[in-house]
Amino acid sequence: MFATNQSTRILKPAHTGFILASFALALVLNLLPTRQWLFMPDWVLLVLAFWSVREWRMIGHGSAFWLGLLMDVVDGAAFGQHALAYVLTHHGATWLSRRMLWFSLWQQALHLLPLFLGATGIQIVLRMLAGGDFPGWVFVISPLVSVLLWPLVSFLLLMPQFQPETRDDNRPI
Amino acid sequence: MSTLDEAPPFFRNGPTPFARLCFYVACALILFILDLRFQALNTVRQVLYGIVDPLRIAVQTPVVLADTGKRYVLDLKKTQAENQSLKIAQLKAVPLLNDYARLTAENQRLTTFLELQHQAAAPGEIARVLYSARDPFSRRIYLDKGLRQNIQRGSPVIDDKGIVGQITQVYLSSAEVTLITDKNQALPVQVTRTGQRSFVFGLGNGLVELKYIPINTDVRPGDLLTTSGIDGVYQAGYPVARVTEVTHDSDDAFARIVAKPLAEVENQALVLVIPALTPPPRPGESTAENPAQTPAASTAQSPSRR
Repeated sequence: MFATNQSTRILKPAHTGFILASFALALVLNLLPTRQWLFMPDWVLLVLAFWSVREWRMIGHGSAFWLGLLMDVVDGAAFGQHALAYVLTHHGATWLSRRMLWFSLWQQALHLLPLFLGATGIQIVLRMLAGGDFPGWVFVISPLVSVLLWPLVSFLLLMPQFQPETRDDNRPI
Repeated sequence: MSTLDEAPPFFRNGPTPFARLCFYVACALILFILDLRFQALNTVRQVLYGIVDPLRIAVQTPVVLADTGKRYVLDLKKTQAENQSLKIAQLKAVPLLNDYARLTAENQRLTTFLELQHQAAAPGEIARVLYSARDPFSRRIYLDKGLRQNIQRGSPVIDDKGIVGQITQVYLSSAEVTLITDKNQALPVQVTRTGQRSFVFGLGNGLVELKYIPINTDVRPGDLLTTSGIDGVYQAGYPVARVTEVTHDSDDAFARIVAKPLAEVENQALVLVIPALTPPPRPGESTAENPAQTPAASTAQSPSRR
């Protein structure tokens, strides 16, 4: 059903409104009081990675940067901490996108593992440079969960593009 | 170059992705340094927070409602027990309360007699804790009261057991509290048993450390630490923490003293924001020079942002 090397489907173009809505929803999920659960993924990062892979013409470095700043404010983090991580993730995901989409969903997720780990890592390194303490290895869990969620997120966010205008079994749309 | 200018719009993509990456990474790093070193971006922070605020309210209202609803349905027995114990506590407090007026008057007389600065009983603003910041490097919580309720930057935040933290950022309808367990939060305290004054610093793991106490000083586990009031922010006498561990290391001139905060610093629902004291003028500094010395302005340096 997905655009892998086995796919026979041609997707409809992504809707700008849907992309914006998905980011809003991710922001909402990040705003929920879930600090105690260390395994909670950074939803905004996950959605950003998805659209960077799929629609890198619509989502640019600038969008990643501003989303990062918003997350910095919401999280009470230092300015630029999330922004830097998001810009780098966007760049990496865009760079990987031409290769990644030929693989199955789980293999795609594997491609993203170093990206997500890097995004968390760069934030930790930045804060340690600024005098913070190492917060411990538990913060590896969140990127791992993000990777595990990739197939689900891909499925959900691609849904609208799978809906044909009219049903026709012989046509690949 | 001329061929590039004549190229159809399809081929004109602006700067290369790598150039954009470099630009935005540089921006992020500059912001990071501006924020951490110079604390220069508070206005930007407030504007950005204003954008997210409606979303935050929309998200958190159902959570708060669900929480209230759950308590309403499930906790009847607990509430009844609590009500009972509160009634008993109030009954026990009646003699003390009756004595309060007399004591206040007496205290007033004594302070004027001793020419001490009069410390008015602080009226506070009760606030609900909305959520805690996801950033693992900072211990902060967000309250549902802000500029609209006249919350000021630098004000102490307490709960029924002791000091919770200090307001470090005020938004329109919410405020950020840096907890006393945050690594960069310092609080002047006094060991009540001996009168020894020093500072506690957050350890970042839910505990605080009493610093700059020479190894030969008498501090024991179980000692109560209260605010000393010398910083002009916190009133003297609020309980802060109880010493849990004292380690003497002969290599170090200071003892390592760890204490556990008395307030339920990291998981409380309701707190009280009390106005910061106005510090007395420093020696050699006339009051005329800085007439508008509001608590917020004068304590702006003490809550360091991270």
